[in-house]
Amino acid sequence: MSQDHVAIVFAEPDIAARRLPSATLEANFGDIHPPLDRHEARVAADRCLFCWDAPCVTACPTGIDIPLFIRQIAAGNPLVAAKTILDANIMGGMCARVCPTETLCEQACVREAAEGAPVKIGLLQRHATDALMESGRQPYRQGTPTGRNVAVVGAGPAGLSCAHKLATLGHEVTLYEAREKPAGLNEYGIAAYKTPNDFAAREAEFILGVGGIALKTGVALGRDITLETLRTEHDAVFLALGLSAVNALGLGEEALDGVEDAVAFIARLRQAKDPGEIAIGRRVVVIGGGMTAIDMATQARRLGAEDVTIVYRRGPESMAASRYEQELAQTNGVLIRHWLKPKALVAAGGRVTGVTFEYTQAQDGRLTGTGETLNLPCDQAFKAIGQAPGGFPALALEGGRIRVDAERRTSLAGVWAGGDCIAGGQDLTVAAVEDGKQAALSIDRALAARATA
Amino acid sequence: MADLSVSFCGVKAPNPFWLASAPPTDKAYNVERAFRAGWGGVVWKTLGEDGPPIVNVSGPRYGAWHGPDRRVLGLNNIELITDRPLEINLREIAQVKRDWPDRAMIVSLMVPCVEEAWKAILPRVEATGADGIELNFGCPHGMSERGMGAAVGQVPDYIEMVTRWCKAHTRMPVFVKLTPNITDIRFPARAARQGGADAVTLINTITSVMGVDLDAMAPWPPIDGQASHGGYCGPSVKPIALNMVGQIARDPQTHGLPISGIGGITTWRDAAEFMALGCGTVQVCTAAMVYGFKIIDELTSGLSAWMDEKGYASVSDFVGRAVPRFTEWQHLNLDYVAKARIDQDLCIQCGRCHIACEDTSHQAITREKDGKRHFEVIDAECVGCNLCTIVCPVEDCITLVPLTEGVDPRTGTPVGGRRTWMEHPNNPSVAAE
Ligand SMILES: Cc1cc2nc3c(=O)[nH]c(=O)nc-3n(C[C@H](O)[C@H](O)[C@H](O)COP(=O)(O)OP(=O)(O)OC[C@H]3O[C@@H](n4cnc5c(N)ncnc54)[C@H](O)[C@@H]3O)c2cc1C
Ligand SMILES: Cc1cc2nc3c(=O)[nH]c(=O)nc-3n(C[C@H](O)[C@H](O)[C@H](O)COP(=O)(O)O)c2cc1C
Ligand code: SF4
Repeated sequence: MSQDHVAIVFAEPDIAARRLPSATLEANFGDIHPPLDRHEARVAADRCLFCWDAPCVTACPTGIDIPLFIRQIAAGNPLVAAKTILDANIMGGMCARVCPTETLCEQACVREAAEGAPVKIGLLQRHATDALMESGRQPYRQGTPTGRNVAVVGAGPAGLSCAHKLATLGHEVTLYEAREKPAGLNEYGIAAYKTPNDFAAREAEFILGVGGIALKTGVALGRDITLETLRTEHDAVFLALGLSAVNALGLGEEALDGVEDAVAFIARLRQAKDPGEIAIGRRVVVIGGGMTAIDMATQARRLGAEDVTIVYRRGPESMAASRYEQELAQTNGVLIRHWLKPKALVAAGGRVTGVTFEYTQAQDGRLTGTGETLNLPCDQAFKAIGQAPGGFPALALEGGRIRVDAERRTSLAGVWAGGDCIAGGQDLTVAAVEDGKQAALSIDRALAARATA
Repeated sequence: MADLSVSFCGVKAPNPFWLASAPPTDKAYNVERAFRAGWGGVVWKTLGEDGPPIVNVSGPRYGAWHGPDRRVLGLNNIELITDRPLEINLREIAQVKRDWPDRAMIVSLMVPCVEEAWKAILPRVEATGADGIELNFGCPHGMSERGMGAAVGQVPDYIEMVTRWCKAHTRMPVFVKLTPNITDIRFPARAARQGGADAVTLINTITSVMGVDLDAMAPWPPIDGQASHGGYCGPSVKPIALNMVGQIARDPQTHGLPISGIGGITTWRDAAEFMALGCGTVQVCTAAMVYGFKIIDELTSGLSAWMDEKGYASVSDFVGRAVPRFTEWQHLNLDYVAKARIDQDLCIQCGRCHIACEDTSHQAITREKDGKRHFEVIDAECVGCNLCTIVCPVEDCITLVPLTEGVDPRTGTPVGGRRTWMEHPNNPSVAAE
C-alpha cells in the first residue's frame, strides 16, 4: 500500500473548541439514559415474570440473580437488591450504565420473545445500585486475615473486581496502576454521557472502601517493577493490563497532524473539566466499526462537529457495535458508511485534509477492494480500528493476548490474568469483572490448597 | 341493536347500570352529572333520620390497595352515611327526579331500629317522587356501632322485622341491601324475602384493614395516629360478591327474588357476569370513583355489542342464565378428565409452569428435552388442576383440554363416564349401601 500522501490543496482545516454554548454542551454530556424514578422502577419491575432458571441470568456474564433483585425492588427494597447485584458483580453500577444489555440479559428476557419489549434490566440495576451509592453505606468488609498478599496489576474493571473479591476473602492486596487514577477505561474510555458525575471515580472509591487493598498509582509493570519481583514478593499475581497499544492504519499517519487515535482523544475528553476545552473538527471522519468508533463519532457530534462520518469496511451486521449503538450514532446525526476501506490519507502542509477510501466487497468471505475510490474531505480523522495487546511480560500468548485456562491461570505458576488482555474475551466491562471475580476465587482455592499441603 | 332498558320490580330505567349509594350519589350536582353521562339510575347516598347530621372524619377516609402500576385493585373507606341535612337531600331528590323522570331514583335509608323512625321518614321520601327505597343493612363501620347498618344486617330477624315495617308504611318497592360480613348470605336474603322485600341488593363493603404503617406502628391510613377498620370494595371483592349473588339466586328459598348486583364491577363483562348469575340490575361505586362517570359509555356499548353478537334482544333474555349451572361440589363429575396442553409455538420459555407444578403441585411438567430447555405436560402425572394455565404469562399458551376417549393415563380410569361423589365408590356412604 502506498505511503505517499496525495497532495491536494484544501482550505485551512477548521478545528475549534467551544463550538456549542456551554449549556448545550452540558446537556450533551449529561446522562444519556436518565435513571428511573421510584414509580417507574416499580412499573418496570412488575413486568418481570420471575422466571424459573431465568434465561437473563444465564446471559449475564457475571450471573447476577436478576429475577431476585427485581423482586426486591418491587417489594420496596432497592438497597437489598443492590447487595444481590454487587455480590455477583461488584461493578453492577457501572455495568448498569455501559453493558450492551440489548445483546446480553435483555436479549434473553422472555418478555422480548413475548412482546418485543424486554424488562428494563439495566435501568433497574442502576436504580438499585444508585440507591446504595446515595445511601453512602458500605455493605462489604475485609475478610478474616489470611496473612497472604496478592499483587494485582492494573486497576481497571478486571483488577478492581479481583482485588475486591480477594479482600472479602481476607487476603491483603497490593494494586499497581500505571495511571494516576484507578478504574481503567471506566475512567478514561467509556463515553462521557454514559457515566457522568464522576461515577467511575466514586465507584472505584466504593470498591476500595472494603479495606485491605493498597493502591499504588503511577507504578507500571515493566517500567517500575518486574513480574519476577512480584512473583517473589507476593503469594500470587493477577494481571489485568487491558490493551494499551492501538492498531495502526499503516498509511503513515504518525507523520501527520489531524489524525488521532480515538481512544486517546476519548481519554482527553473524559479527563477534561469542561468538554468545551476540547477542540474538534468541523468535518470528522472516524474509521472503524466498534464501540470506540460509535463513541468517538457520537461525542464528536455532541461537541459540535458538523459533519461526522463513520467508515467501516464491511456491512452493518459485521460491526462490533450493536444495532442499538449504531442507531445511537445515527440519531446523533452521524452518517455510517459501509464497504469502504482506507487507502490513503490526503494532506496539505503536514495536516490531514481528507481520506481516500476504496470500495470493498466480500468474496467467499474474503474482503477485496474493487479498485474504485472515494474521497472524504475532513478536518480531522480518527482511527478506531481496535486496541492492540502490547507490553506484556514473558508468558504464553494466543493471538497476541495472554493465554489462560477456565480459571484464568496463565502459563506461569502463581500468575493469573483477566479482562481485555486475555485471549478469547469479549472486551466488555462486565466480562472483565467476571474474569477478576473468577481469578480471585481460583487464587483463593490455590492459596488454601498451598496452606494445607 | 339490543334493548338495554330494564324494569326492575316495576322501576324503569334506560339501562341496568346504576350508581350505588355512595359518594357518587351524594347530592344533586353529582347525580345530574351522572345522568347527563348516561347512567340508568342511582341509589341516593344513604339518608339518616332528621336532626343534626352525622359527622365524618376530616382525615383520610379512603385507603387503597394498588397494583404496581397504581391501578386501584381495592378501595377501603370509613365514610358514614350522608353528612348533609335530611331536608336538603329530600329537596334535591325531588328536583332531580322531576328533571330526569326516565331514570331510576332509589333512596337509601338507615334509621334506628324502631318502627317509629321508619314510619316517620318513609312518607317524606315518598313525597319526593322517588321510585323506591333501599334499606342499608350493610354499612360495616361507624353506623353499626350505633345499632344500625351491618348490626341489623347480621341479624336475620331484624332484617325481616324492619323490611316488614317498611312494606307496611310505603307503597314504594323495598330493596334490602345486604352486608357480606356474615357466614352464610342465604340467611339474611331469606329473611328479607320473609319480610316482603321486593329485591335484595348486594354486596355492601367487606370489613377490612388496608395495611400497617411499619414506621408509625399503626394501621394505615391513620387519623391522628390511630385507625379503625373500614369497608372494602372495588375489583378485588368481585369474586366474593359473585358467589353471594349466585348462592341467593340458586337457593330454593330465594330463587326468583330480584337481585341488584354490586361488587367491583368495572367493565361491561363484569356486569354481564353478575347478570348471568341472576342480577336484574347492577350497581357501581368504586369504578366510577376511580375513573369518573364516563365509564358508562364503555359499559353500555360493551354490553350492547355482546348482546347483539349473542342474539339477546333484551336484558331479560340472559339474566340468570348461568344459575342452573352453579351447583355444589358433590354434584361435579369426578370422571371428567382434562389435561394441560402447552402450545410450543406460543411458549416464551419462562419456566413458570414448570416450577409451579414442580414445587407445589404434581411434578407434571418437564424442564428439558434433548438437553434443551423444554416444557411439556406429562399426562400420567397431570391432575388438570389449572395452576399452570394461571401462572403462564402468555394468553392461551396453556389450556386445559378435556379427554374425550381412552383412559386417563394417570388413574387408568376410562374417560367419558359420569360419577359424582354421591355415586363414587370411595364415598363411605355409597360403599355402605
Ligand atoms: C472507547 C471505549 C468505549 C467502550 N465502551 C464500552 C461500553 O460501553 N460497554 C462495555 O461493556 N465496554 C466498553 N468498552 C470496553 C471496556 O472498557 C473494556 O472491556 C474494559 O475496560 C476492560 O477492563 P480491563 O480491566 O481488562 O482493562 P482496562 O479498563 O483497560 O484497565 C486496564 C488498567 O491497567 C492499567 N495498566 C495497563 N498496563 C499496565 C502496566 N504495565 N502496569 C500497571 N498498570 C497497567 C491501565 O492503566 C488500566 O487502568 C469500551 C472500550 C473503549 C476503548
Ligand atoms: C366511600 C364509600 C361510601 C359508601 N357509602 C355507602 C352508603 O352510604 N350506603 C350504602 O348503602 N353503601 C355505601 N357504600 C357501599 C357501596 O354502595 C357499594 O356497595 C360498595 O362500594 C361495593 O361496590 P363497588 O365495588 O362497585 O365499589 C359506600 C362505598 C364507598 C366506597
Ligand atoms: S394442570 Fe396442574 S397438575 Fe397438570 S400440569 Fe398444570 S399445574 Fe401440573
